[in-house]
Amino acid sequence: MKRALAVVTVAVLLLAGCTRDERTSSGDSAGVTGTITVLAAASLTESFQRIGADFEAANPGSKVVLSFGGSSTLAQQINSGAPADVFAAASPSTMKTVIDAGNGAGSPVVFVRNQLVIAVEKGNPQGITGLADLTKPGVMVALCAEQVPCGSAAETALTAAGVSLTPVTLEQDVKQALSKVSLGEVDAALVYRTDARAAAATVDAVEFPESAKAINDYPIVVLKDAPNKAGAEAFVAYVCSAEGLAVLTAAGFQTPEDNRETVHSG
Amino acid sequence: MDRRSGTGAGVPAPLILPALLALLFLVLPLAGLLWRTPWPDLVAHLADPRVLDALTLSLLTATLATALCLVLGVPLAWLLARVEFPGRRLVRALVTVPLVLPPVVGGLALLLLLGRRGLLGQYLYQWFDVTIPFTTTAVVLAEAFVALPFLVIAVEGALRGADARYEEAAATLGARRWTVFRRVTLPLVAPGVAAGAVLCWARAMGEFGATITFAGSFPGRTQTMPMKVYLLLETDPTAAIVLSLVLLVVSVAVLASLRDRWVSAA
Repeated sequence: MKRALAVVTVAVLLLAGCTRDERTSSGDSAGVTGTITVLAAASLTESFQRIGADFEAANPGSKVVLSFGGSSTLAQQINSGAPADVFAAASPSTMKTVIDAGNGAGSPVVFVRNQLVIAVEKGNPQGITGLADLTKPGVMVALCAEQVPCGSAAETALTAAGVSLTPVTLEQDVKQALSKVSLGEVDAALVYRTDARAAAATVDAVEFPESAKAINDYPIVVLKDAPNKAGAEAFVAYVCSAEGLAVLTAAGFQTPEDNRETVHSG
Repeated sequence: MDRRSGTGAGVPAPLILPALLALLFLVLPLAGLLWRTPWPDLVAHLADPRVLDALTLSLLTATLATALCLVLGVPLAWLLARVEFPGRRLVRALVTVPLVLPPVVGGLALLLLLGRRGLLGQYLYQWFDVTIPFTTTAVVLAEAFVALPFLVIAVEGALRGADARYEEAAATLGARRWTVFRRVTLPLVAPGVAAGAVLCWARAMGEFGATITFAGSFPGRTQTMPMKVYLLLETDPTAAIVLSLVLLVVSVAVLASLRDRWVSAA
């Protein structure tokens, strides 16, 4: 409960979101050069690869180097001194560990939100329709580890549903959990809607109502020790621009304005 | 003083400086670990049930993996050392593959062989309803896969170094080949087998990549010590340091037990 409160407090603090100014100012970033190193939550893989390529095209001479992983792993790397310019996390609490360590330049802004689905094998052979079905005997489930945002969101959703679930494995980021379904080694995994959509060729997504109680805000920040601060600011502005957000919403992310009120209830 | 230590006066400076640097490079990181160890709360940390879970699991799986390696590896080493057969060089090369293969690749290979959709695993699943990944059995198999070459190489070396005349004498006296192996060969190379087993066990204790890929990660079932170190680094670095210290002590103990056959180059 204490922890949930803390998360909500952080969420409210971070709700500034991409400002209107930034949304329309993608043109300002033109002319940025050099390498921009971006550490981003695994669930941003497809979107940020696309945004990175678009950014490079809009800014000749710039190079966006992307590294994806569990937000908690990335936060720990940043706090151990990993050289990077931008950090995009899948939850305010993982972002908070970086801010608390004094490694952020300015306040993080929330740029998108994401929601869990149940990823199942193509065709849903086990006939899974909701969280309760995951406890059926013989159903093998992969979750993210608790310190990873997808893991804490899964825990929140399962608690909300009153479902007590023993997974077969706790994975280090959402893509690893998803890959266990893609490989057919587990029957289901709780992953983000965006991950299931990106892997639509191999998995189906089952929506469930309790996911509304575990929506993750994605904050992004320029890092204090960014070797390329101008590039970092331009990249964050680009992510927040209409072009950047279009890529993200096409991938299935929600913008912070959608369903804003659910944050306060969560 | 023996011959080698007598040449010290003639050591050229271009050799002595890099040699000292190499020594520092190997020893200083360990000093760093010791420096950050929370000595006063060491016992409290070690008694943490999460730590004990991982320690127990690691000791159990490494011991089972070593037993498996002994049962399978000693006969293979004997075959390589004592029997001329076509393709022996190729077999020897194949045995060493896991030694040079990145462990994570080994883990993926095991998953593709023994997973529910794997080459063999699909039949285990369909016919016997057996799934190996994400179980403690999978941890043992992953550890045995990476540790087996250590045992085979050590035992084969011991067999080649052993005087074959004892075996010949036993055979001349009418002993069958199995009796010779059991009563003459095995006692003859017992120290080599023991050394191989200790190395094999140490390698199994340290296994990470193949295990997390093939067996996943779940406390008490598949989460071994090295995995716990990696995970705790994100949430509780002090506990990670304590666990690392335990693994360091284990390594030193292994070296101490082998001091006569691996460390002294005499």
